[in-house]
Amino acid sequence: MSPLLQVEGLTKHFRLRRDGLRRGPAPLLRAVDEVSFTVAAGETLGLVGESGCGKSTVGRMLVRLIEPTAGRIEFLGSDLARLSPAALRRRRRDIQIIFQDPFGALNPRMTVAEIVMEPLLIHGARPDEATRARVAALLEHVGLAAHHAGRYPHQFSGGQRQRICIARALALDPKFIVCDEAVSALDISIQAQIVNLLQDLQDEFGLAYLFIAHDLSVVKHISHRVAVMYLGKLVEIADKKSLYATPRHPYTQALLAAVPITNPRDRGRKAVLIGEIPSALDPPTGCRFHTRCPHVMPVCREIEPLLEETVPGHRVACHLE
Amino acid sequence: MSDTLRRLLRHRLFVTGLVLLGIVVTVAVLAPILAASDPNRLAMRSKFLPPSLDHPFGTDNFGRSQLSRVVWGARLSLVMGLSVVALNAVFGTLLGAVSGYFRRLDNMLMRFNDALMAFPAIILALAITAALGASMINAVIAIAVVYIPRTARIVRASVLVVRETEYVQAAVAAGAGTWRILRHHILPNSMAPLIIQLSFLFAYAVISEATLSFLGLGAPPPTPTWGNIMSEGRQYMREAPWIIAIPGVALALTVMSLNLLGDGLRDVLDPRLKVQQ
Amino acid sequence: MSLLAVQGLRTVFAAGRRETAAVDDISFSVAEREVLAVVGESGSGKSVTALSIMGLLPQPGARVAAGSVHFDGQDLLTLDERAMRRIRGKGIGMVFQEPMTALHPLFSIGNQLVETIRAHERLSVRAGRERAVAMLRKVGIAAPERRFDDYPHQLSGGMRQRVMIAIALACHPKLLIADEPTTALDVTIQSQILDLLLSLRDELGMALIIVTHNMGVVAEIADRALVMYAGRIVEEAAVEDLFDRPAHPYTRGLLASMPTLDNERRRLQAIPGLPPDPASLPPGCRFAPRCSWQVAACAGAGPALVPASSAAGHTAACLRLGEIAAS
Repeated sequence: MSPLLQVEGLTKHFRLRRDGLRRGPAPLLRAVDEVSFTVAAGETLGLVGESGCGKSTVGRMLVRLIEPTAGRIEFLGSDLARLSPAALRRRRRDIQIIFQDPFGALNPRMTVAEIVMEPLLIHGARPDEATRARVAALLEHVGLAAHHAGRYPHQFSGGQRQRICIARALALDPKFIVCDEAVSALDISIQAQIVNLLQDLQDEFGLAYLFIAHDLSVVKHISHRVAVMYLGKLVEIADKKSLYATPRHPYTQALLAAVPITNPRDRGRKAVLIGEIPSALDPPTGCRFHTRCPHVMPVCREIEPLLEETVPGHRVACHLE
Repeated sequence: MSDTLRRLLRHRLFVTGLVLLGIVVTVAVLAPILAASDPNRLAMRSKFLPPSLDHPFGTDNFGRSQLSRVVWGARLSLVMGLSVVALNAVFGTLLGAVSGYFRRLDNMLMRFNDALMAFPAIILALAITAALGASMINAVIAIAVVYIPRTARIVRASVLVVRETEYVQAAVAAGAGTWRILRHHILPNSMAPLIIQLSFLFAYAVISEATLSFLGLGAPPPTPTWGNIMSEGRQYMREAPWIIAIPGVALALTVMSLNLLGDGLRDVLDPRLKVQQ
Repeated sequence: MSLLAVQGLRTVFAAGRRETAAVDDISFSVAEREVLAVVGESGSGKSVTALSIMGLLPQPGARVAAGSVHFDGQDLLTLDERAMRRIRGKGIGMVFQEPMTALHPLFSIGNQLVETIRAHERLSVRAGRERAVAMLRKVGIAAPERRFDDYPHQLSGGMRQRVMIAIALACHPKLLIADEPTTALDVTIQSQILDLLLSLRDELGMALIIVTHNMGVVAEIADRALVMYAGRIVEEAAVEDLFDRPAHPYTRGLLASMPTLDNERRRLQAIPGLPPDPASLPPGCRFAPRCSWQVAACAGAGPALVPASSAAGHTAACLRLGEIAAS
């Protein structure tokens, strides 16, 4: 069965403004470089990495809030990257996004009802009884009450606002939702509520998610497969069990090792990754991770490793393989 | 929204300004009743009468009742101020919103804006009224044109910020078109700084009109604008100081009330002062 | 004799004529060289506690309404601003969450470091600089002589946080208060910073209060922990006891809702409901409305901290500790 979403060679380079009177070409920020992955219907692909790895940029390119520099985004029979504005508008019904900051993602001057109804109105619904009923149903689906519809965002807590964002994303009955650090800004107990909600909705509606996060523990809970990015490149992608049990890329290993322990008894057994994350303006040559890799070899500085399937279902970009 | 209103009404400065302005507006509205005599009626036998029961504000060199003139002047000043504010609200917002939202137009529009702002305000106003002729309407146009670039910049600044918010991104992701985004998301959230600015602009307009009239470039005499009254009364400052003093005080009070209103609005509407969640 | 002893601290925020207590009658102490974690979610009052101790509450609007904070023989709450300034940096250092906003963008990091040093000690410019460079090296910044002249925006988040720590520790205070020092940082940098804090504690002999919402951070570096909820302390324990035998239902709920790498449960155990609005707190136990162990008595007088297990220093504020432990 062909996957719901197939991303091939997705790339985003930002050309920054030249600094004053300096000569030469303007600096190029290689935010995302040749990223390829697939997501099946009803599946959650976790996308992890640290700041600056490009994971949020990938998410935003899928909903074309950022225009890709290159690559294909095959979704429901068309290449999202190349759709005309009119066709894109229609396609937007099927792929939505939830952001990290529940405070900034809701228009403070619109009521909850207006916010959740907006996508429906954009796509031709009328503000009538039927639409209002749908809004009420959506609110209840995400754990809010129908009477919340008349209130304003500032009257809700962070977790509740995130629920409103989820209701808005569900309004058009999408098949795919990009969750861009959707739970990172929430308290742990609220985070758990929202993660459970997302899973319940997935079970009920057969939704597929791209779950972008930096917290590997949360990702492990909600994902079926996981992809790891570093400095704009995809370095490892595998099903959850494989990745967490036998991480093959040194960066994945370091990320897993850096996850805070959950019991004081486990103190002291971690190897701490040295060095700082390099700048995407001037990424290291060859394998971008070589400056911090404990197993670096001469070839790593010269040649960039390709993402290859070493074990079925498990792809890694590393010369060690 | 009513929450904002409540907070405004609890703000002492705002309420003071509102009350003062209310007095001026009432006077202006009731002009036909309060100004018993025709402001332009000459009565040469009653000239230079100091304030008394018969003539509460005295008379001027033509024997005209200063009470009538100042009261009618209130009406003229307020109408003027409102017109300038209205023109700015419409054209300033248009210019600022288009500039802030459409990157490609921004550069060009802002250069045009900067060109207008390069002229000192009063010089520009003088130039326009000199070109168009001295009249009330032309004074309104001149003052409005002088201020529109500044209003546009304020709106543009807000629009630039709002454009990048995630709720706008969410609307784009849902397929919203430009018009919907501008109308439902960008404009409603860019209004607060503009509203504050407009209240100060009202004050500025009233003073500018007085200045233009004073210089002879506003409404022609015998129109009883405060500026004209003060201009004419200038020569008689020693014999009949009330002619210039009373409209001067009225002007100061009106402008102060508008500034207080603006301060109150700014304190209440400025999002930085809102309590963090 | 403890280094810091907080007794009955109550901090209120004024909104108009109403006052709400962000911290309501808390007491705890910190011994020398000890690492105490103050844990809680948003609205628990943990940050306000740290700011109250340092006298850095936002003005106007917030004030300490009651209590005492004894440090090194003095009650900090009775000191005036000038006296507090002598303590800040020298007796107690503080590290904040957002290193970008805590550092002045227009001065070099070295300059800011030297400023702190020379504010407390009589050193020449050169001696001050040497101390600063040594401090930068101690917090793990490579080539500190060169980086001395860098500006905050030229450094990464992790490095800025190291600079914050260097500034806080420049005069070797006896106590360091770190308010969510790693929250804004990436996971790999987070472990570097926590390791750094521990090694500095060992080397400089200071005590550390770390305010956090992340139980993992608590597990990583704390000796003891206080769990706060809605302005009150609901549990206090040595860190092993907290994780092995959590007594208070809120602590248990927090631990259960933590996603971990180990467990295979597909559903996280969430605590239902939301933290209370500080302006309208429930009577009695503030956690009761969300608590699965709630009974009628919970709405009575707020439960006091009582011994929660056989372990020393393990207390919790709950009426049903015995039954909870047995389950």
